[in-house]
Amino acid sequence: MNLEKTNTVGLSRNDYIGEPSTLCKGCGHNSISNMIISACFELNIRPEKIIKFSGIGCSSKSPTYFLKYSFGFNGLHGRMPSMATGALFADTSLKGLGISGDGDTANIGLGQFKHLVRRNVPLVYIVENNGVYGLTKGQFSATADYGLSLKRQGQNVYLPVDIALEALAANATFVARSFAGDPKQVKEIIKAALSHEGTAVIDIISPCVTFNNQENALHSYSWGKGHEDPLHEVEFVPPRDEINIEDFSHGEVREVALHDGSTIVLKKVEKDYDPTNKKEAMRLLTDAVKNKWLITGLIYVDPDAINLLDMYNLGKIPLNRLSNEKIRPPRTELEKINQDLM
Amino acid sequence: MQKIVNEFSILVSTVNGSGSATANNAVMKAIYKMGIPISARNIFPSNIQGLPTWYSLRISEKGYLGRVDEFDILINLNKTVLQDDVRKLKKGGLILCAQPLLGEFNEEYHVIEMPVDHILEEAQAPSNLHVYLMNMVYVGFLAALIGIDLTFIEDTLNSHFKNVRKAVEPNMKVVRIAHDLVTQPQIRDSSFTLQKREPINDHIVTDGNKAAALGALFGGLQFSAWYPITPATELAETLNEYNHQLRLDPETGKATCVVIQAEDELAAVGMTIGAGWAGLRSMTSTSGPGLCLMSEYLGLAYQSEVPLVVWDVQRVGPSTGLPTRTSQGDLSFSYFLSHGDTEYVILLPGNVHECFEFGWRALDIAEEMQSPVLVLSDLELGMNNWMTPKFTYPDQPILRGKIIREDEISELIKRNGGSWGRYQDVDGDSIPYRTIPGDSNPQAAYFARGTGHDAFADYSEDPQVWQQEHHRLKRKFKHALEIDPEPVLERDGQSKVGFISYGSTHFGVIEACDLLAQAGQEIDYLRIRSIPFQSQVEKYLEEHEQIYVVEANRDGQMAQILMLNYPQYAGKIKKIACLDGLSLTANKIYACFNGQENSI
Repeated sequence: MNLEKTNTVGLSRNDYIGEPSTLCKGCGHNSISNMIISACFELNIRPEKIIKFSGIGCSSKSPTYFLKYSFGFNGLHGRMPSMATGALFADTSLKGLGISGDGDTANIGLGQFKHLVRRNVPLVYIVENNGVYGLTKGQFSATADYGLSLKRQGQNVYLPVDIALEALAANATFVARSFAGDPKQVKEIIKAALSHEGTAVIDIISPCVTFNNQENALHSYSWGKGHEDPLHEVEFVPPRDEINIEDFSHGEVREVALHDGSTIVLKKVEKDYDPTNKKEAMRLLTDAVKNKWLITGLIYVDPDAINLLDMYNLGKIPLNRLSNEKIRPPRTELEKINQDLM
Repeated sequence: MQKIVNEFSILVSTVNGSGSATANNAVMKAIYKMGIPISARNIFPSNIQGLPTWYSLRISEKGYLGRVDEFDILINLNKTVLQDDVRKLKKGGLILCAQPLLGEFNEEYHVIEMPVDHILEEAQAPSNLHVYLMNMVYVGFLAALIGIDLTFIEDTLNSHFKNVRKAVEPNMKVVRIAHDLVTQPQIRDSSFTLQKREPINDHIVTDGNKAAALGALFGGLQFSAWYPITPATELAETLNEYNHQLRLDPETGKATCVVIQAEDELAAVGMTIGAGWAGLRSMTSTSGPGLCLMSEYLGLAYQSEVPLVVWDVQRVGPSTGLPTRTSQGDLSFSYFLSHGDTEYVILLPGNVHECFEFGWRALDIAEEMQSPVLVLSDLELGMNNWMTPKFTYPDQPILRGKIIREDEISELIKRNGGSWGRYQDVDGDSIPYRTIPGDSNPQAAYFARGTGHDAFADYSEDPQVWQQEHHRLKRKFKHALEIDPEPVLERDGQSKVGFISYGSTHFGVIEACDLLAQAGQEIDYLRIRSIPFQSQVEKYLEEHEQIYVVEANRDGQMAQILMLNYPQYAGKIKKIACLDGLSLTANKIYACFNGQENSI
């Protein structure tokens, strides 16, 4: 890769990197961080237009490994959604990028996750899902598959939580699933998510090479490589670019126009899948659970849903830039109130 | 018969959910409009409809606003509690009731029966409104008996029903008929009577929750997330009510303040911290159980230096406790909140006027300190209507602390030798400079976190770095002494004995000072308004031989915190601490002081 190459905002890929990762070598999360860097670079997003958020866990450490010129806030376990919700009111021109894990989202944070989705907060919400607690050294998370054996935990006797299904049930407006071992797809989905104007949930199966990478385990590289069942090939086309249909000439394509003028182009793999059909998405995910399929791709999108910030009559000037005069009502208003309360 | 003028108390017992608040408020406001000082309290159950509820009025020309536990007049519209209520009535007191008492109390009390059904019939009140309008019967009777001017009742109802005649008229009709029924001179000649005075023009009547919300809106509040909880809910509801009127940009019509109902208190504080970090003046309002849930996030706000205000309207805990009763039981918890070494600015408003003032001031202090500020109000202040001096417009411009943007960041970096760190002590005052998201200067960004970090906000587990940062936080906290509200020496008779109190307990204490003085014991009184303690507190402890700390909790939490801060004076500190869900009366404090009653 040519590090000198700059994008249309005059930045090189190097301007999007972060500190060196302290996660394990081969961790799926590092690959996702790399794809976040590439996606933002290729989309010509200025780093200061992104705010990073995370909860607690291996995944939640990763926001320091990308976008060092973006503000970020590492919150509490499972409670990043609320923090992001408050912060994003400060300046509606900013895009939120949240990184969570399966424990952070599906265990301690399931409530906040679902309320985030329900409010359609403009936040890309990536779950780096490996079915296991890493920092505390190998306990089951709520997404661990039934019957999984871990060294010091024995067998998992509970059925797993499916993050994509939970998101859909909470009326999510963008739900995707991917696999860290398929970086090209991860990148295209992240790009599409960054253009979506509400909450974009991306459940990325991201194997834990230290605690949960057994050959038969759902969250392992070997399982993912062998069982990934892409719905389509995803290609994200930014607003100003022409869709070059030549690239897709080998199969039928489906286009989904996003609100900002960009387009997600989905190339049919085996059969045509319509990601704007929620019923179909539910059926697909339910079947996937039943049949142990690792379905990847854009599962559901509603490009026109209004987001949380749209509901609050906010002006063009960011709230966090209003002058003191704008935020203190005049003396006459207090006199009126005093009069009313006499 | 000897008349008692403008100095008596009334207890009204009704059924919860019967709309008695309209009648109660009409009486209170009408008496106030007659220029007579009055205080009112709702004692209500945790219930929507059906259980008994009480409203007490204290009319006091002397200006005492504290609670009393003996009454002169009892108005009973709920027979189930009559026997108990009569015990609270002074001998010779007046009973107004809706049903015949069969001579039960006629010997000891002056009993008047109100023919409620007859009056409602005469007023042709629709039967579906009987349950509401029956409360107006007592208003008419009481008005006639003690001499409340009906025009003031009507004024109050007009403003309550926003001048909708269709709503006011049926109520007034009942009031008038009831009023005119009280014609017999021997009944009219009640011992208790009101005499009109000059209107009280420098005061208003409102509650502490409303005052806090308005104070915050005038303080430039920009974001508030909340979750419903008694007794704090009305604070957030007032924000919603006035947000539109006060906080739309007159030029653009756009909102300058956001109020959002969260899914729980964990999220309410999370949102508030997110907003505070991103440069919005932020507040959440709650009560004890909510504060418990917020404690982990508040530790993070302390550690990552995020400004926000938490307004706690205290109720009785632990656990669900007495959810509709007042207490000052959250003080120790607030003082020690969250794990690890933390410190919080704690503000203690002592009246409704101060609830307004602390509403705006707390936001200033939070941003100046870059730290959470906790304000401890309580149900007594928050949910009762009080007469209080008019709200005062903030006497200083909005303070935003050390926020820097764009070019200021570049200048700072130049001035600071080519670098800058979010947590760096550039000015030697331990308060770092703060940047906020959205800044276009690439040097503005930093990564905030609850984990150990160095002056540049980078992750660090270095023992020295941890110590340096936390010692700086400790030094930073001292700035609170300069900007926090100072204690008020409410009474200074150069006595060697002194009271210390705070919050709503003030009203009982100030009256107890008078009672003691009348009994020959002069006593000083210092009202604490904030923690950390300013030098006046130490001086007061030093100068007095005996100090009684008066508060509405079981363990004497303020006394304990004072002993911890000033062990050299701990031997002088005595506790008058009492928690039964009701505010401390002057009589109780008097009795505890004299050793006639044990407080704990």
